[in-house]
Amino acid sequence: MNSLDLSTLGLRAINEKLQSLDPGTNEREWTVTNPMGQHAIACGLNAPIDVTVDGHAGFYCAGMNQHATVTVNGHAGVGVAENMMSGLVRIKGNASQAAGATAHGGLLVIEGDASSRCGISMKGIDIVVGGSVGHMSGFMAQLGHMVICGDAGEALGDSIYEAKLFVAGSVESLGADCVEKEMTSEHEKTLADLLEKAGINKDAKLFRRYGSARKLYNFDIDHADAY
Amino acid sequence: MCGIAGLYLKNPDLFPNLGELFKPMLIEMTSRGPDSAGIAIYRDPVSEGQTKYSLAHNSTEYDWNALSSAMDAQLKTSSSVTQNDTHALLISDGDESHVKHWLSTFDSTVRIVGSGESVEIYKETGLPEDVYERFGLVTAAGQHMIGHTRMATESAVTSAGSHPFATGADLCLVHNGSLSNHNRLREELIRKGVSFGSENDSEVAAAYLTWKLRQGIPLKQALEDALDDLDGFFTFCIGTKDGFAVVRDPIACKHAVMAETDDWVAMATEFRAIATLPGADTARIWEPKPATVYAWGNESVAAHISAPIAASSDDQLTGAPL
Repeated sequence: MNSLDLSTLGLRAINEKLQSLDPGTNEREWTVTNPMGQHAIACGLNAPIDVTVDGHAGFYCAGMNQHATVTVNGHAGVGVAENMMSGLVRIKGNASQAAGATAHGGLLVIEGDASSRCGISMKGIDIVVGGSVGHMSGFMAQLGHMVICGDAGEALGDSIYEAKLFVAGSVESLGADCVEKEMTSEHEKTLADLLEKAGINKDAKLFRRYGSARKLYNFDIDHADAY
Repeated sequence: MCGIAGLYLKNPDLFPNLGELFKPMLIEMTSRGPDSAGIAIYRDPVSEGQTKYSLAHNSTEYDWNALSSAMDAQLKTSSSVTQNDTHALLISDGDESHVKHWLSTFDSTVRIVGSGESVEIYKETGLPEDVYERFGLVTAAGQHMIGHTRMATESAVTSAGSHPFATGADLCLVHNGSLSNHNRLREELIRKGVSFGSENDSEVAAAYLTWKLRQGIPLKQALEDALDDLDGFFTFCIGTKDGFAVVRDPIACKHAVMAETDDWVAMATEFRAIATLPGADTARIWEPKPATVYAWGNESVAAHISAPIAASSDDQLTGAPL
């Protein structure tokens, strides 16, 4: 186990160290101590290493992650795992706005609640939230899955494309062109697998599925010439 | 940008350290607002029949004693004045509206930045650390404090355009965000008899609340009305005699985070401002919901925020949305 003290080394030194590790490195376990809510901790990682942020992280923690596993033992600020490509990011506490924004792949697990705009413009990431999400979550979500074990705030899945949303609790309101869809056994299997991968014990049968009705202007072939 | 922070101490053992605990909170928000800074602290309540005025002047050479003597001679009041850098605290037994009117006619270069039983407001241009230093706030004792670091967008970098803005007796407001309809709303409020000291958009929000509260509307209702009448982005932190309240616009574009332990409740634009508080590592941390009024303080805050006349109790109120 290698320990990096953010309060003495500073953010840049820590990120440079973690980013420079060779994918084949034997130094696979890292801990960042004294994160003190600083921004951009453990961003841009590119090796299959295991990084624990031992405390609360600020904005954009674990952004652009590839291959690495990043665990935050606390709260994560705005834009956690933003644009993640692969790997696993786990938040033990709550997360602020825009968690998993624009992310292309990997798994983001938020054990507590996520605030508004969770999974905004997600492009292939899987997001599992143990608690509830705030308003405008899944806005323009293009691909991937978002699993919400609690409730969803206003305008869930507004202008959604092909991402699949699963909610166990109540939905305050659905956004434009987002509708409830049939939950097939195939969806249920995908959902159960995601919950298991996330380590969250919740029965897949409790969830409802939401997705795109594909009725907005941009889904109409007659408008294709406009672009 | 801009940064805001609020700290309410539940544990009386920490009261002597309020200024010391709040200092890193404000300074951590420097990168969000290096233009000016200000704080409101609630301490040393005056005796019954007295009012405490926070006054400010551009010059540190201003003769506050002359002002106090002239006022006592003309209004037959008994007042004392203590200078603190560009600010001064005036404690007077005069009628509040008479004192304020007299001050505005005696010398228009004197600004009344706050008034009430215990509130003191200090604000100046410059880096938050320097502002905190010049008013000697690190040794300040008390139960709660709110602060603001400003990155100017809507009006000039001046002391008058700095936060907090007073909104009534022992009430003041700090704002992160920008209002879109402040010009029209300012004109409307001027027509209703509200006066302004700057071109600042946040001052319009403060004036709006002042106008509402003057009509006897409870703070909670005034804040809910603000959600309808203010157009723009805002996270407000409102200092009250017994605690503070937080409200965000319905879209909640502007950041805000809250944290609570057995010893304190804190809010800030970013968690890093809270990280230095003792026990922050194990605090309960969450983001306040949009268009929801939160309040902390003893029970009288709940009464204060929900009714025009404050009740009094020392019971603790836990941080639930009201």
